Amino acid sequence: MTADFVARLQEGLRPLAAEATLAHGVAVFVIAPGALVDVVKKLKSEYGFDLFLDVTAVDWQPQIPRFEVVWHFYSTLQHVRVRLKARVSEGDPTVDSLVAHYGSARYMERECHDMYGIEFRGNPDLRPILLYEGFVGHPLRKDYAKDREQPLVPYIR
Amino acid sequence: METKLPNPVRPAFTKSERDDTVIVNIGPSHPATHGTVQIIAELDGERVLRTDVHCGYLHRGFEKECESHTWHNLIPYVDRLNYVSALVNDFAYCEAVEKLMAIEITPRCRYLRTLLSEYSRIVDHLTCIAAGLMELGAMTAFLYLVMIRDYMYEHLADLTGARVTYTYGRIGGLARDLPAGWLKRLGEILDQYEDFVGRVHGLVDRNRIFIDRMRNVGAITTAEAIDWGYTGPILRSTGAPRDLRKDTPYLAYAELDFEVPVGIKGDNYDRYYVRMREMDESVWMIRQLIDMLPEGPINVDDRRCVLPDKNLVYTEIESLINHFKVIMDGPKVPAGDVYSAHESPNGELGFYLVSTGEGTPWKVHVRAPSFVHMGGVHRMLDGYQLADIVPTFGSVNMIGGECDR
Repeated sequence: MTADFVARLQEGLRPLAAEATLAHGVAVFVIAPGALVDVVKKLKSEYGFDLFLDVTAVDWQPQIPRFEVVWHFYSTLQHVRVRLKARVSEGDPTVDSLVAHYGSARYMERECHDMYGIEFRGNPDLRPILLYEGFVGHPLRKDYAKDREQPLVPYIR
Repeated sequence: METKLPNPVRPAFTKSERDDTVIVNIGPSHPATHGTVQIIAELDGERVLRTDVHCGYLHRGFEKECESHTWHNLIPYVDRLNYVSALVNDFAYCEAVEKLMAIEITPRCRYLRTLLSEYSRIVDHLTCIAAGLMELGAMTAFLYLVMIRDYMYEHLADLTGARVTYTYGRIGGLARDLPAGWLKRLGEILDQYEDFVGRVHGLVDRNRIFIDRMRNVGAITTAEAIDWGYTGPILRSTGAPRDLRKDTPYLAYAELDFEVPVGIKGDNYDRYYVRMREMDESVWMIRQLIDMLPEGPINVDDRRCVLPDKNLVYTEIESLINHFKVIMDGPKVPAGDVYSAHESPNGELGFYLVSTGEGTPWKVHVRAPSFVHMGGVHRMLDGYQLADIVPTFGSVNMIGGECDR
């Protein structure tokens, strides 16, 4: 990753992204949840981040706000990765969806919704993807016990 | 006694909008879908109008399980993501942890990991192509390819003790060094590979039946592929030379001479051919690596993660305690997060790790190429024939282990 590209990126995103660091070869920006779509539009149109790699969340219970939503983007021309982070609270774990900008966001947001209960405003299809219909709770939250079972088909004893 | 069981999925559509179409369910367990995936399709005669793809039938809580094991103890789990090329998973995971711990692996380990990654790529592509050909009825080509694959499995078992799930990577190194004569046998297998893959080229490449089933089927453009998050051979089959081994070189790839094969149309035929050519490049890389492989230790000298020598464990108390602490508490990985990606045979395999400074991870997230590919696979299925689902799905090479985690 070229240092001056990162510097340019930090300069360009300055009003929107509060904190910027370079960690293990990835440019990291801490943003407010509301700024997401503006930052992503800029990343995509001005800096060529055309590949949406991933979205996931980190449960920092008992910290407040509890969840940190993490996005990864890659520029297939610059060969640079960017990570965006935004904190959302347990009471309103909502961020904007990126389905309008990247097709691949559709499935990955469904997974994040399954696992952490993050609501992606604007994603019309948040049906369970790795879990099943009727599953109660979000298994990757720290307060979901690892050995809790919810069999869809009752066990035969 | 008959009981009605609840449906685990809610289909995106249950009624057709026209009166001359029909909605069918394919899978999750169907002979034509290797891996448990469910496709709900609306058909107009034999033509697929739209599809709704569901995965998750192999979900086993990988990421949840990782949060209660030490950094070392997850390596066997990591093997079971893409179980066809488990070594690539091992090395990608270990490298992510090593980045957090600021460990630089030894030169011999670096070259060996590169060699074994390429060896795994050949195994993975052989499996994908063989299965895809078998589904089209090419039994001879299938047997040629899986025969070579089995030589490779046995050969890897000589090194690691297992045929498929190797648990061979270690944080800071590898489980053990090469046994005597391993590289000589490797050379023999590569020669046989060239013989048999040459025969498959002769049987298949210009075969009328094969071309009719593969050419212009499941086609996707570069822009669409990037929009849907495709990486690896599928993206390259559209003509984009995007390969992490070239673009963001890791391990020893910067020192190797190799090409990135690309396709023209992004259809099934191109995906077949890109994989065939990639295997040839991998063979070429392995031959270079055999000559480059330096002598020396395979593990770094770092007591935080590498176990002390067994002789010392049995003879001095410090090493015994060290061994005990690394096994019981796990390596203490400095707090922070890291995203590290390798070019796995299917595309970008990324590990996002979060550490709080403990011996167990706070979070392990896998950016699995198969899962992302399933999100866009309807683009390759819609508009083609029902029978085209079989070769198209085969050429996407969905691996349930990493898709469903």
